[in-house]
Amino acid sequence: MSAPSRSGSATAAGGWDLFPHDADIGVRGYGRSEAAAFENAARAMTASMIDPEEVGTRETVRIVCEAPDREMLLVDWLNALVYEMATRSMVFGDFSVSLSDGRLEAEARGEPIDIARHAPSVEVKGATYTELKVTRGNDGVWTAQCIIDV
Amino acid sequence: MDRTGLNQIGDYAWRIDPAGEMRAPAIIFADEALIDDMDDKVREQIVNVTTLPGIVGPAYAMPDAHWGYGFPIGGVAAFAPEEGGVISAGGVGFDISCGVRLLATGLSRADIEAVKLNFAHELSRAIPAGVGSKGRIVLDDDELDAMLAGGAGWAVRQGWGRAEDLPRIEENGTMRGAVPEFISAKAHKRQRKEMGTLGSGNHYLEVQEVVQIYDVDVARRFGLDAGRIVAMIHCGSRGLGHQIGTEFLRDMAISAPEHGIRLPDRELACAPIESDLGQRYIGAMRAGINCALANRQILTHLVRKAFAGFFAGADLPVVYDVSHNTCKEEEHVIDGRMRRVFVHRKGATRALGPGASQLPEAFVDCGQPVIIGGSMGTSSFVLVGDARSEAMSLGSACHGAGRAMSRHAAAKLWKGRQVQDALASEGIIVKSPSSRGIAEEAPGAYKNVDAVVEVAEKAGLARRVARLKPVICIKG
Repeated sequence: MSAPSRSGSATAAGGWDLFPHDADIGVRGYGRSEAAAFENAARAMTASMIDPEEVGTRETVRIVCEAPDREMLLVDWLNALVYEMATRSMVFGDFSVSLSDGRLEAEARGEPIDIARHAPSVEVKGATYTELKVTRGNDGVWTAQCIIDV
Repeated sequence: MDRTGLNQIGDYAWRIDPAGEMRAPAIIFADEALIDDMDDKVREQIVNVTTLPGIVGPAYAMPDAHWGYGFPIGGVAAFAPEEGGVISAGGVGFDISCGVRLLATGLSRADIEAVKLNFAHELSRAIPAGVGSKGRIVLDDDELDAMLAGGAGWAVRQGWGRAEDLPRIEENGTMRGAVPEFISAKAHKRQRKEMGTLGSGNHYLEVQEVVQIYDVDVARRFGLDAGRIVAMIHCGSRGLGHQIGTEFLRDMAISAPEHGIRLPDRELACAPIESDLGQRYIGAMRAGINCALANRQILTHLVRKAFAGFFAGADLPVVYDVSHNTCKEEEHVIDGRMRRVFVHRKGATRALGPGASQLPEAFVDCGQPVIIGGSMGTSSFVLVGDARSEAMSLGSACHGAGRAMSRHAAAKLWKGRQVQDALASEGIIVKSPSSRGIAEEAPGAYKNVDAVVEVAEKAGLARRVARLKPVICIKG
């Protein structure tokens, strides 16, 4: 299998990348909207385990979360995905997020994990509050990031 | 690490005196090389720990300390309930009671070499490892609750092990005070199919050879002989522990202002020990410890079965089982008087020296085995608790090598196949479902474990007893 990409079109306008942490992995999504940055942070989390391009999207899971602030909402969103991955034995490659007033409604599209084909390198235990930021830059681009424990 | 503000106390410890919002000093155990290599984030994080309410005595960072979340990995700190002391979900971590168990086998290297490839294949088949692997034991809600209350004791009663295993496990195999009702339905669901699984990341089963003995008498007490084979299991509380950590971290972060706690870092989320939330976390966390103890017990059973299939008569007694992500209620002499405190050890091992009252009878006069897992392909160590650690570090020592490089950087530097081939040329077989996972865990991505244990010994935390070299590694 070829080495999975460690960033996905991480341009100012959108995309994702992984950033280093001593023991674990940082995930970061960018987007023209906060919701797009959340979608891309989820893609980055998938990329911490497997190549997101390898993930089929034939099954859809709906996710709803609410939190007192946007940073905590990002952690809740990623942790909801961790929970769905663990209990459904699925991986997700495509995401649609909508945000309003501290509430997130999303669809995550993926497929059952295939250990031989996906060959996941790590299991995400949870998203953390370390290096947690949801910010909008002067150029209007949103960034959503945190460290995930693997 | 920048040495500004560090006061060297002896050759192997560095003290940061209280300043600003620090309520206590911080002490980092390291020699000059380790302190220079240590991340500045370790200092920032251990200083943050000293700002939490009710801390008694210094906060400590072990020689393998590295950047964690909230607490540094390798962080130790005690809190007193009657002084508003806190319990921190971040100070325990997501993988509650992650730990290491060592089994003796009585076999020789030659016994393993004769069947090595086939045996490695059998172990990789017998031990569910890696993301998406499921255990063969599925528990319903009542059985899960019994497991969460009983730990390894429950597993032995189910037939996964022997009564004589239990005294060779911290807490005699059962963490008292567990309250399974404080565990959510989500955590239950996440664990249902994960009993008897190894997990992934840095978790592994290794077959190792005892290649060096430092203390013949203590090694004999532990059942370790040069040239003999042992099996080491490194894993934790699986999905249940991760979910407990996730949920309580959130609740503690939200409720901190209500408890009058100002968090320098949200990941340090905590609650007063005497609060309702604090008590619920303690009950749930103790159940998480039991989950990890039960899980390592079931894996022990699977490992024994695999050995029995190849080596008639091999019975694999437990040398010891230690946990390195916990918070435990203990008594320590702090500032000249006996205190009842809650000791967080995040990536640190309890290391009780001779005479400690919690020790099993077999170890009372020599101290407990302190099992230090190396990285894949490098040495692991068995140390013995040093009585001096009681006064120096609340009876604590290091837990492993500690990463020197991020996963990201490791995966850029190496390919899994290349790492596997290099280790094979040294006689080490690595089996894993993930090539990238092997690259991320490459031996070069870790600190030199030899240097870490040498400093632990010279600092007086624990003494070396035996060095173990991997022969077969089943990586999650």
